[in-house]
Amino acid sequence: MKILVPVKQVAVLDEDFELRDDGLDADPDFIDHESNEWDDYSYEAALQIMEAHGGVEVVPMTVGPEDAEESLRRCLAKGGERAIRVWDDALTGAGPATVAKLIAAVARREGADMVFAGTLSADHSYAMTGICVAAELGWPHVAVVTALEYQPGAATATVHRELEAGLVEKMTVECPAVLTIQLGINQPRYASLRGVKQAKEKPVDELSPADLGVSGEELAASASFRLRRMFKPARGQAELIEGTAAEQAARLASIIKELRGAA
Amino acid sequence: MSGILVIAEHRRGVLNPATLETIAAAAALKQVKPQPVAVAIIARNPDEFVGQVNAAGVDEIIKVAVPTDTFQSDVYEATVAAVVAARGPAVVLFAHTVDTWGYAAAVAVRGGFGCATDVFAVRYEGDALVATRAGYKEKLHMDLDFPGRQTVVLTLRGNVFKPIEEPGSAAVSAVDAPAVAARTAHLGYIEPDQTGDVDIAQAEYMLSVGRGVGEEDNIEQFKELADALGFTLGCSRPVADNGWLPKSRQVGQSGKTVVSCKIYVAMGISGSVQHMAGMKHVPTIIAINKDAEASIFSIARYGVVGDMFEIAKELRNHC
Repeated sequence: MKILVPVKQVAVLDEDFELRDDGLDADPDFIDHESNEWDDYSYEAALQIMEAHGGVEVVPMTVGPEDAEESLRRCLAKGGERAIRVWDDALTGAGPATVAKLIAAVARREGADMVFAGTLSADHSYAMTGICVAAELGWPHVAVVTALEYQPGAATATVHRELEAGLVEKMTVECPAVLTIQLGINQPRYASLRGVKQAKEKPVDELSPADLGVSGEELAASASFRLRRMFKPARGQAELIEGTAAEQAARLASIIKELRGAA
Repeated sequence: MSGILVIAEHRRGVLNPATLETIAAAAALKQVKPQPVAVAIIARNPDEFVGQVNAAGVDEIIKVAVPTDTFQSDVYEATVAAVVAARGPAVVLFAHTVDTWGYAAAVAVRGGFGCATDVFAVRYEGDALVATRAGYKEKLHMDLDFPGRQTVVLTLRGNVFKPIEEPGSAAVSAVDAPAVAARTAHLGYIEPDQTGDVDIAQAEYMLSVGRGVGEEDNIEQFKELADALGFTLGCSRPVADNGWLPKSRQVGQSGKTVVSCKIYVAMGISGSVQHMAGMKHVPTIIAINKDAEASIFSIARYGVVGDMFEIAKELRNHC
């Protein structure tokens, strides 16, 4: 029984940044990368099932360039024996539906029984990828899962789906299924130093779309949108209160006092 | 393909008011490019929502009776696909909600449609539909188009398009729902825990702390500050997820909307879309954050770029 956990290395913009000359993205000099917070939770959910039951394999994967291997090592440091990285330079800038096509191809190749994805990614927040994977596979799916009961091999899983305004829905979903995991479903573990060391020795399979039987034409056709441009928004801006902390606090206190007096 | 199809959303017999915002976005597109606007109601008894979605600008209300009261992604996916096949719209609009997170993208993949989520502006440039959404935690915006797509699915951010209140005179029709076996089943709802704590929706003055508070032991000093100021302490998601404050104190989409709040002090809260959904309406927002680029400053009236602990300590001298 195998759980595939797709993870993403998300982009973080520096405080001051510039756009690339072609206007299609931020200048890479101003972009750092980190693991997507949601994926800590989806990976933890998979590890907990693996530890509670025998015969469960957890495989983290990513679609990303060589740098993205770091997010896989981060997973392997917590558990799991191998990971998969899919890449081809033609995938630079690929959107969620294209990434999902490749994740689905890996799920098929691996014979995955469940896919746990993050609900969304911290950078662009499409909240699409996991659901697109389900659509590609034709699997049932539930988005925004905040509790999970699943016995490996069972016909259904029982989940909580986090709705708006604190309301939660309890439901069942037939397996195999794709679940998109929400923050707070568990307390993700930290990797031990020993785990980090061991992770360096664990294999990361590198696959191209062609290895997965996905052609360049199929990838191009899968894009659900085309990026025309990126731009810095005209943002509303707060009146910034300058000065020392003491001066700033004094000004805030007087603003609050004045507004409450008027209220 | 032409025309705009809006998918109405409802839960437990209540129309999601965001549906009227979605209709407003459709009506605005119709103004610049004349085309029919249809609203599909997918429900066990669609009749109960017909009057509510009959807003100015809507040409057709399509009732689709399905054998479920609750959202089931398989049923909704197949049903939207059937309505698209029946009417051939160029644009399908949804509200960007938890339900649509669960199926709108699947509708697009299975239908071969274009798709963009969390869209807050949409326009035509020539014949091309252009959708605008944010990236990089709201620090950049992006314009997207959909070359070669006959139909485009968009989910629209809430509280952006002003709902239409003027009643309309739409024709009412029906489309048969496809027979589909749902592979999910509803077991029940779990109500938010209301016991033993304040109702922040009632609070007029709030001080909320976010991830910047760092650790549980640091909560107490902000609780004391809030008390001294006569403010109610709230928080953003990470604080509640960590159990440092109860879920009932969480402001935002999955927490509470602070409907009565007059002054909202956000300390160490960067301002995720989900958090801002619960407080951006507050008339006076004061943001204190280390990161000058934090999104919260874009909706705040007053801002302090600085250390929340230092500011909190200094504020105590004024209580």
